[in-house]
Amino acid sequence: MILVFAEQRDGVLKKASKEAVSEGKRLSSKLSVPVAALLMGKGADQAVDEVKKFGPDKVFVMEGASLDQYSADGFAEATANVAKEQGATVILFPATTMGVDVSPRVAARVEAGLVSDITGLDVADGKLVAIKPVYSGKALATVKFKSDIQMVTLRSNVFPLEENSSAPEVTKVDAAGISPKGMVVSTELKEGGKVELGEAAIIVSGGRGLKGPENFPLIEEVARLLGGAVGASRAAVDAGWIEHSHQVGQTGKVVSPVVYIACGISGAIQHIAGMGSSKFIIAINKDEDAPIFNIASLGIVGDLFKIIPALTEELKKLA
Amino acid sequence: MNFLVFVKQVPDTETKIQIAGDGKSIVEDGVNFIVSPYDEIAIEEALLRKEALGGEITVATMGPNRGEAALRTALAMGCDKAVHLEDGAFEGADSFATAKALAAVVKKLNPDLVFFGKQGVGTDNTQVGQMVAEMAGFGHIGMCVKLEVDGDKIKGEREIEGGRETVEVSLPAVVVAQKGLNEPRYPALRGIMQAKRKPIEKLTVADLGLSADEVGAAGSRTEFASLELPPAREAGKKLEVEPEVAAKEIVAFLKNEAKAL
Ligand SMILES: Cc1cc2nc3c(=O)[nH]c(=O)nc-3n(C[C@H](O)[C@H](O)[C@H](O)COP(=O)(O)OP(=O)(O)OC[C@H]3O[C@@H](n4cnc5c(N)ncnc54)[C@H](O)[C@@H]3O)c2cc1C
Ligand SMILES: Nc1ncnc2c1ncn2[C@@H]1O[C@H](COP(=O)(O)O)[C@@H](O)[C@H]1O
Repeated sequence: MILVFAEQRDGVLKKASKEAVSEGKRLSSKLSVPVAALLMGKGADQAVDEVKKFGPDKVFVMEGASLDQYSADGFAEATANVAKEQGATVILFPATTMGVDVSPRVAARVEAGLVSDITGLDVADGKLVAIKPVYSGKALATVKFKSDIQMVTLRSNVFPLEENSSAPEVTKVDAAGISPKGMVVSTELKEGGKVELGEAAIIVSGGRGLKGPENFPLIEEVARLLGGAVGASRAAVDAGWIEHSHQVGQTGKVVSPVVYIACGISGAIQHIAGMGSSKFIIAINKDEDAPIFNIASLGIVGDLFKIIPALTEELKKLA
Repeated sequence: MNFLVFVKQVPDTETKIQIAGDGKSIVEDGVNFIVSPYDEIAIEEALLRKEALGGEITVATMGPNRGEAALRTALAMGCDKAVHLEDGAFEGADSFATAKALAAVVKKLNPDLVFFGKQGVGTDNTQVGQMVAEMAGFGHIGMCVKLEVDGDKIKGEREIEGGRETVEVSLPAVVVAQKGLNEPRYPALRGIMQAKRKPIEKLTVADLGLSADEVGAAGSRTEFASLELPPAREAGKKLEVEPEVAAKEIVAFLKNEAKAL
């Protein structure tokens, strides 16, 4: 069986989880084994209808006091239990902050190989073959498994969503017996309503060229009009213009949106490490020799303080 | 309190990657090796905790002989002593086999608090800290950006999509350091001089009570079949036009090529 850890929070299924279930479904026909989605924690039950749309053969729902709050070791133990009971040979996770935190503990428990943040997945001789960017995207590794159980985390926005309605069997799994060592005691969600960087299809990013924090609203407006998220270079973050959670790059987030718009960003290798796998890159920079232009699908040479307001006007006309 | 910090030696982030003759590793000649940037944050956090609570910090790495330089850097920053897992049998380890060896170090040294970096840059796995926590039977705080030690437990914040969550774990525990936790110090000249006299203990597979088939390539659950350079990204149109024209071009691109509007 292919088991997909389908992260949900308070009944809302993550987009990355839908991508993971879609990929699980595709793998299930390649491997000729069924695919199951695992929903865990408070609200799991409410996410069942949504997860069904992506074609799982089975859905496991695990709720209980010990899983009400997120706990890496508790969630890992629960996942490993289901994987063992069901004889799972493949376990997929979305590469969300939860997936990244839980999957290594599951791998340690079930003694599986784990390849993280993959951008491609195939099957050869009945086993998985994963493509994983390494050296911050400067090389691509083809990774094979030696273990019986094979695990991967899938990079967001890479594996296409595919609706595939099914009428799966829904099974409740008892969470009794799980006693977490570490547990979330509170959660603070700051930017209610704003699109999250890791899941955004469009990212508008600002760098040192923005000159100061007072100019970030310029790109925030463009992001809002496009339904996208706001990113930043390290130079902008280090200057204190925007929080680190927005940083894209080697020591920030690795993103692969459909469109990445770099405004006043030179394109240092450590920045490209975080956005080089974007499908399309638009760069706005006044220096025609800026390295970002070497990877831009559309390069605009000019002053961002003139171009961005013009772009905002143009986008408003569409609204 | 006893602190243990794990550091990995990695190619400098500026390194130009060349694929070696075997088609699955990189050419190491001329590559400058550094302490993985996240591990510097892990070291700094251990130093701050020791300054507040007292105790001793051991820094450990698994890797070839050159790994000693990473340990000297950590000692120069202020760690007290070092452990170097150096044995041919450790070579070619994936995250699982690495974690197996490091978990044996945890068992041997019996620390209260263990620090890891979020990821060893290069292989970019983001796995080993969490795996060692599981193997050692410890709770952990992943992607930690704020930490408090409070008696026999720790409380820390971690970044999640759109916000932060606060996690509480009892000791002994693992902390996986994310950027934002602190600003790592630079080793001072005095520290560099002192580091030369601090002890580095070498440990082999046998010293850890492990067998050679549990570690290194033999103990790995995954293997690199090949390594390739990604297809070069072709630069597209580059325009230097009036702002209004540029704006129209961007919108047309978003509509027609990216199909994002
Ligand atoms: C270990 C390590 C890790 C790092 N990690 C990261 C990381 O995660 N993310 C990251 O981004 N960087 C990272 N860096 C830093 C990186 O090397 C660069 O310093 C940084 O990306 C530069 O940011 P920038 O492009 O905004 O600034 P700059 O390089 O200063 O570029 C600013 C650009 O703005 C343009 N500009 C100025 N005014 C205007 C205008 N009016 N209109 C249009 N264009 C204008 C300029 O032509 C210039 O190209 C890291 C570095 C190291 C050593
Ligand atoms: N060979 C190693 N020696 C010591 N620590 C390591 C080693 N490999 C990984 N680590 C630790 O585990 C963290 C995560 O590494 P990784 O999972 O490889 O990205 C690193 O930041 C280090 O703290």
